[in-house]
Amino acid sequence: MFKKLAIGAALALAVAPVASNAAGGGEQHVEDFHFSFEGPFGTYDESQLQRGLQVYTEVCAACHGLRYVPLRDLEALGYSEEQVIAYAAGNFEVFDPELDDFRPAIPTDHFPENNGVGAPDLSLMAKARAGFHGPYGLGINQLFKGMGGAEYIASLLDGYTGKEKEEAGSVLYENTAFPGGWISMAPPLADDQVEYADGHAATVEEMSKDVSAFLMWAAEPKMMDRKNAGFVGVLFLTILSVILYLVNKRLWAPVKGKRH
Amino acid sequence: MSGIPHDHYEPKTDGEKWLNSRLPIVGLLYDTLMIPTPKNLNWMWIWGIVLTFCLALQIITGIVLVMHYTPHVDLAFASVEHIMRNVNGGYFIRYLHMNGASLFFVAVYIHIFRGLYYGSYKSPREITWIIGMLIYLMMMGTAFMGYVLPWGQMSFWGATVITGLFGAIPFVGDAIQTWLLGGPAVDNATLNRFFSLHYLLPFIIAALVVVHIWAFHTTGNNNPTGVDVRRTSKADAEKDTLPFWPYFVIKDLFALAVILVVFWAIVGFMPNYLGHPDNYIEANPLVTPAHIVPEWYFLPFYAILRAFTGEVWVVQIASFITGGIIDAKFFGVLAMFGAILAMALAPWLDTSSVRSGKYRPMFKWWFYLLVIDFFALMWLGAMPAEEPYATFSLIASAYWFAYFFVILPILGVIEKPQAPPETIEEDFNAHYGKADADATPAE
Repeated sequence: MFKKLAIGAALALAVAPVASNAAGGGEQHVEDFHFSFEGPFGTYDESQLQRGLQVYTEVCAACHGLRYVPLRDLEALGYSEEQVIAYAAGNFEVFDPELDDFRPAIPTDHFPENNGVGAPDLSLMAKARAGFHGPYGLGINQLFKGMGGAEYIASLLDGYTGKEKEEAGSVLYENTAFPGGWISMAPPLADDQVEYADGHAATVEEMSKDVSAFLMWAAEPKMMDRKNAGFVGVLFLTILSVILYLVNKRLWAPVKGKRH
Repeated sequence: MSGIPHDHYEPKTDGEKWLNSRLPIVGLLYDTLMIPTPKNLNWMWIWGIVLTFCLALQIITGIVLVMHYTPHVDLAFASVEHIMRNVNGGYFIRYLHMNGASLFFVAVYIHIFRGLYYGSYKSPREITWIIGMLIYLMMMGTAFMGYVLPWGQMSFWGATVITGLFGAIPFVGDAIQTWLLGGPAVDNATLNRFFSLHYLLPFIIAALVVVHIWAFHTTGNNNPTGVDVRRTSKADAEKDTLPFWPYFVIKDLFALAVILVVFWAIVGFMPNYLGHPDNYIEANPLVTPAHIVPEWYFLPFYAILRAFTGEVWVVQIASFITGGIIDAKFFGVLAMFGAILAMALAPWLDTSSVRSGKYRPMFKWWFYLLVIDFFALMWLGAMPAEEPYATFSLIASAYWFAYFFVILPILGVIEKPQAPPETIEEDFNAHYGKADADATPAE
């Protein structure tokens, strides 16, 4: 009975994501790019996040905002306080209600919103899209790969076929990762569009991966802390379980008698 | 308090006597903690503690979250991000609260199916069972309203769909729906009242849990054999039972710790596994998500809701007889609540004289089929409303009702049950051997 229901409980957990992942559609293809932050042991790659920030700043920020991300959080990418101050002031202007005017951004500001062309905000994009639903729609691979949001974004940026069509007055671009296959965003990246400060190769695929990693960080800045807390808790609770198992065994031993 | 004879608290010092003659609270706690408990309880009896833990976890994490959350349509989503990014440990508290709801429902479903298998709902525990069903209903209400609070796309559209169910009630439905929402559609008024009720209901659940425990402490726990504890004398009762403390407290805590290892791993390593990506998009009344799916724990009943479409002959007959008052939508709502009502009525639908399913050779198979049916419904609830899922949903829903309204009543008449052991002691010794004569239970 217990085993059966325990299996049942496991199944319940397994069936659940079918629900969460039933959404989406079309014949979209999400490439399983490898990211350093996948799995319980994965961590963010600081230099990749820095490259991703560069791509975001030079390319994506033209249309997309990051309204929920405070600029001060960029120190987590390995920048000093002075660098963050310089970055904020040098790249963004924010509206200050007290001045009733725009002023250069300071670290306590957030990345600005950008509603100019109706492009979605990217703060949580890496958590708002699921790249994987497998195996068998169970989504268990989340444990090893995460939600696949970063993979989805990278696949999208790297998934333009070059075909275009015009529909109701706007141009649509064919994309292998976008649900439905046609997206209104023009291909944003071209080889060597960004000159990386660290000299890293700037192919479309590399830039796509870098900015996706950055957006994963933007969506889940506390991922490393969370995994650490996970390890501490799992370790502590495992030790506690062993101790309680032994106490329980000893407590019941005289009651149960010896069975031969 | 309990009907099982056992030692009660005796105040010894003058101070204890002084307190006890004014407020016998120590005696109450002592009797509750030392309650004689059937010693043959198996591992299926640990879920009560897990559920109590879940309630405490949800209330504590919830109270902390409320300190940073803002129930307003323009600020709710941002305040949740504030918790995730700026509040110390906020990301973990929120993920605990999010996944705590799922652990709560895993535990409650196993707890309910435990009761269904071992006949825990049967006389004299009907009140315990009914209170339990009320708790379960309130849990669903609380979870549903809690899911609305982050004000993501699924929050908004889930709320729209579910409150729409009340709109299906004939004549007064629209008025009720408007009253529930506080306006013509899900908006700020809805968010505010859901927040208020989401904070209130857990405390009502806590009160009901006390009544639930009070009820089964009066009747005594059921146990895997379904045989009653002997109440002829204290000596007889002691052969069948052990005090809750320390035997079952330690056993339950061990089980809880093991379950928490898994729970903590999910929160730490895949906290969004059971969530929906769309809920990381802020609610937008102008954009409907491609698929609106409820949380996993609602899926079985969601499947029943959707199963009864206008093409089903039962629905057509109901519609014809009532002159169209019961249409397909209302029929689905009735079926969904009826499925839960069927569970609540189990004590009066089960006609078997034997309590535990362990000794009912035919019942067992129907019960296992019900468990499979439950998972099938859960899977179907997540599938799009199209063939072949619609037909499967109908079959699975039909079995759910058949189990309670046809199979349980008939089985009691036609089935020839095996003889349960005479006493709990006999069952226990058959499993573990007789204890040494000189061994005394630990104090």
